[in-house]
Amino acid sequence: MTTSTRITKGNAAEHQRKDSQEIYFYGTCLIDLFLPQAGIDAVRLLEREGLKVLYPQAQTCCGQPAFNSGYRREALAVARSQLALFQKPIPLVIPSGSCAAMFRKDYPDLFRHEPEYEAALDLASRVYELAEFMVDVLQVQLCDQGAEEAVILHSSCSLRRSLSAHDQTLALLGQLNKVHLQEPDRASDCCGFGGTFAVKQPALSAALTRDKCANIEASGCKRLVGGDQGCLMNIDGMLQRQNSDIESQHIATFIWQRTS
Amino acid sequence: MSHTDFQDRAAVTLNDVKLTTEFRNAMDFLRNKRSSVIPSRDEFEALAARGRAIREEALDQLPDLLVALEKRCLANGIQVHWAEDSAQACEIVEGIAKDRQARSFIKGKSMASEEIGLNHFLIERGYECLESDMGEYIVQLAGETPSHIIMPAIHKSKVAIAELFAERIEGHRYTENVDELIGAGRAVLREKFEAADIGISGVNFAVAETGTLCLVENEGNGRMSTTVPNTHIAICGIEKVIPRLEDLPTLLSLLTRSATGQKITTYVNLISSPRQPGDLDGPAAVHLILLDNGRSRIHRDPELRETLLCIRCGACMNHCPVYTRIGGHAYGSVYPGPIGQVVAPQLEGLAQHGEIVEACTLNGACGEVCPVGIPLPGLIRRLRERKRHTPDEQADADAVPGSGRGRSWFEAGLWRAWTLAASSPRLYSLIRLFVTRARALIPRRIGSWSSVRTQPKPAPRSLNELMKDRHV
Repeated sequence: MTTSTRITKGNAAEHQRKDSQEIYFYGTCLIDLFLPQAGIDAVRLLEREGLKVLYPQAQTCCGQPAFNSGYRREALAVARSQLALFQKPIPLVIPSGSCAAMFRKDYPDLFRHEPEYEAALDLASRVYELAEFMVDVLQVQLCDQGAEEAVILHSSCSLRRSLSAHDQTLALLGQLNKVHLQEPDRASDCCGFGGTFAVKQPALSAALTRDKCANIEASGCKRLVGGDQGCLMNIDGMLQRQNSDIESQHIATFIWQRTS
Repeated sequence: MSHTDFQDRAAVTLNDVKLTTEFRNAMDFLRNKRSSVIPSRDEFEALAARGRAIREEALDQLPDLLVALEKRCLANGIQVHWAEDSAQACEIVEGIAKDRQARSFIKGKSMASEEIGLNHFLIERGYECLESDMGEYIVQLAGETPSHIIMPAIHKSKVAIAELFAERIEGHRYTENVDELIGAGRAVLREKFEAADIGISGVNFAVAETGTLCLVENEGNGRMSTTVPNTHIAICGIEKVIPRLEDLPTLLSLLTRSATGQKITTYVNLISSPRQPGDLDGPAAVHLILLDNGRSRIHRDPELRETLLCIRCGACMNHCPVYTRIGGHAYGSVYPGPIGQVVAPQLEGLAQHGEIVEACTLNGACGEVCPVGIPLPGLIRRLRERKRHTPDEQADADAVPGSGRGRSWFEAGLWRAWTLAASSPRLYSLIRLFVTRARALIPRRIGSWSSVRTQPKPAPRSLNELMKDRHV
């Protein structure tokens, strides 16, 4: 099968798989500090496909928190430092829908009147969320070695709406044939995180998160997986506070553990 | 953290489980109705693209179209008035009333009239002014304001309406039967239609080519308000003008599907002139008030102009997870929900409505359903920027009122420090090292986050460190 035939969305049409191809990896600030194992597992998944993963050590944060909070100049300063790290014409893979959306959709806007505009457009065209890359570009075939398990998925709003890449996550997890994948009622409702929204509007954020948690609990699944550490931290934080026995995992770790 | 007015208002709904459940059901009903008339996504997107193109064309040629509209209307016998702001618009209405020696008004549903505070203005001056849309009538009877631009009384339960009618409508006996309730309201309104001196309406679309005012509705009250009284005054935001009559079907299809999940409304009124010789009914005089009220300024701002594409369907609020939980009144603005978060700060200023631009998770549900593709989350984000900083090249007269004045030095200082750290890899490495090594020192509870969630704990070693080890 040629790579381009099944690809309709995102950036995949331009990148075809080559063995020992180099790719960039962006760990994201949240995974870097709070869930590094998800980053390591994502890198392992990519390396297993024969790729050479480049991890520029100077990476910090994509700038989204400031950008979404109305601090555009501040976001631009940070984005500029990150843009400079990914100049080779190779894909940039990110284990987060929200950070990938920042690079793909918001950098072009952020740099619109800046000298780096072309560079931002170029980078945007090379950015992939992890599952999107594994499905659309690598066309991975996963071999499930785990036990039968019912699992509930939370896909972020960025992954669904900004990247339109929720289907790829479904397709990827769907390859795990012993996993009974579910989505909660009102799956596409926001979990209430919204970055600084959770801090600025605590009561509203808590109300949204409470509904999300109730819908997850109602599924009866004991494992929650998701591709965005921000949402997971938010949902898992409340589940833990409610003494729930649901365990949360980033999809990178979940997939790695079941297939290695 | 101190509570804001918005948060206090939102808390009222958030803490009322019965109300939130009813509200959620109502929103689900509207969402499902909308989906039921959108059989194929591709087809709807094609329709939306045509609609957007028409609206873009209209905004591109706005000044010319308005001149053309005025010319056509005048030729048709419709008198045209220009109102720069709310006060002028209200005065024009009063001027017409004085000319006609009118004392009483009957109103069809009009968000523009809400925007200019017309009811309040007229009643304060001793005029009688009655809402004839059932939802608006309920809200007026209760002394409230609409909580939704399409469904003004959506926050009111059947029981609340039953109690309200029993208390406020003379001779009406308490009933929870919906048909009887509506019947009771209509009996009151029927008399008022006959007696009112002036009928007031909004305008959904004003067609420049033909000088036609298009008004959609389901209750027939719009038709009554615009045909029974001897004078009809239509209030129309200047952005509602469209080039051609043939543009209407596309826009109406989008509007009614998105708003109420209908393929078309029960009534579509096309008003092109006052009563002509030989006509059996219709008002002797029709007045069109073209309302600016800040729209020209929005039109001059290339980053915010898309605000004016709006056709006021309300789909954004029906799909907004925040609106769905707190309802319209919490916003404290005439227009609630996502479009309100974009419109209210621009019309009335960020000083008054700056808080509501923060009440958004940027989840994108509104932008996804907008039938004319307004990037609502992007505009909300843009207004967050404007709140903190006026673009350097922008003249004062062009700036969003109150822009730059919402900057908190504390918050700005935090972001400054963050910027310094996140754009300097060395400094960031030190912070990273500190946060991971001092993880035991992180308090179990920090602020509002951990009042309902456990505090996330930094890992003992960062990904950055782990990756360094792998590559050694």
